[in-house]
Amino acid sequence: MREVPLDWAYVAAFALLGSLLAALPFVVVWLLAPRSQYPQKRLTYESGVIPFGSAWAQFHVRYYLYGLVFLLFDIEVIFIYPWTVVLRQLGPLAFVEMLIFIVVLAVGLMYAWRKGALEWA
Amino acid sequence: MAEVIRIVLSVVIVFTFVAVGVALFLVLMERKVSAWVQARIGPRHVGPYGALQTVADLLKLLQKEHILPAGADRLMFAAAPVVVAVAALLSYVVLPWGPGVIVRDLGVGVLYFTSVLSLEVVGILTAGWASNNKYALLGGLRSAAQMVSYELPLGFSILTVATITGTLSTVRMVEAQPYPWYTYPSVIVAGLVFLVAATAESNRIPFDLPEAESELVAGYFSEYSPLRFALFQLGEYGSLFATSALFVTLFLGGWRGPFELPLVGPVVDGIFWFLLKTYAVVFFFMWVRWTYPRFRIDQLLNVSWKLLLPVSLANLLLAGLLIAGSG
Repeated sequence: MREVPLDWAYVAAFALLGSLLAALPFVVVWLLAPRSQYPQKRLTYESGVIPFGSAWAQFHVRYYLYGLVFLLFDIEVIFIYPWTVVLRQLGPLAFVEMLIFIVVLAVGLMYAWRKGALEWA
Repeated sequence: MAEVIRIVLSVVIVFTFVAVGVALFLVLMERKVSAWVQARIGPRHVGPYGALQTVADLLKLLQKEHILPAGADRLMFAAAPVVVAVAALLSYVVLPWGPGVIVRDLGVGVLYFTSVLSLEVVGILTAGWASNNKYALLGGLRSAAQMVSYELPLGFSILTVATITGTLSTVRMVEAQPYPWYTYPSVIVAGLVFLVAATAESNRIPFDLPEAESELVAGYFSEYSPLRFALFQLGEYGSLFATSALFVTLFLGGWRGPFELPLVGPVVDGIFWFLLKTYAVVFFFMWVRWTYPRFRIDQLLNVSWKLLLPVSLANLLLAGLLIAGSG
């Protein structure tokens, strides 16, 4: 086998057999554990009172804002990974190019900061 | 054929190690360390010095009933703990245990490592959402916000080392490290940022907002009963060990020790030093956990976005400047 497909054969084996390993004890539980479910037992925990409404309600938009800013920087990180490997060969020019790229994104971060996207309130 | 045998063998060895040496042992270690910090004794009845306590716990968990909470999303609820556990297991593919002792030296090593570890947040968010419990949902959302925030400084500090060593492979990163220590100040800054971000990534105090027990019961796994709870524990401690091992690989010289052990040969020597250093880093994380109080969530996010992110970004550029100038 060639090198790179073999790399991912290892990863696939870990993923598949890992899921199997995670699923296997459930067979033991199925054999050993008692089973008796009634509506009161299945109530979700809400400090001892009967749960009020569904948990699938609206939640605050601030989580979404952090997600958006993260997405921007995560893509930036992906571009930097190959850059780190070849930087030594490409020299100063590659550094200047990455500097411009990062400065543009840093301006974006400062904009989000000024706009209050990074405030929890 | 030889490769198939090697794949199966490495899976068996690594999974056994993760189950015994990481999940069972680290839970016991956590309890002993917490007892030591709080001047208690800790578990001591099951086995010599309580050494079999977590084995007994596991046997108990196997006999407990599974409860599906009312109104929960059945499929997502069952899938979430498996995703968390498998994500942690996947990261062990690229850990270099010793010279030549690695499951597979992927060319994209550290990139692969960060991407599979960030899969964990998918499982946690799914768990929080699928439980149909308000505490769980809040825990899952906090976890998502926290883990994506700290992934960036973590990524930038890994990139700093990648820039200086000029490779993404974990093996070559260890080999490229000058002995005994880096002379670049950037690496020290990157190491400190990595330590803080790794604490947050593994949801540990002072960054354990997703499972803050005094406000959110148990956060995203409030509704999880025995075995699925155990899978979350496996994932949590599995990734704690993997992150500590990556810290050792990137910053502490990997498998290389201060002196060679007599008579055992380079492989055993390498594994010995690697495990010793990794467990020392794990101990450090536990020590911090039982010493410090918890951050508030706005403080937590400010540390990441307004301190660690600019610092690690500037640090990366500094390292790049040094390398581009010297190359």
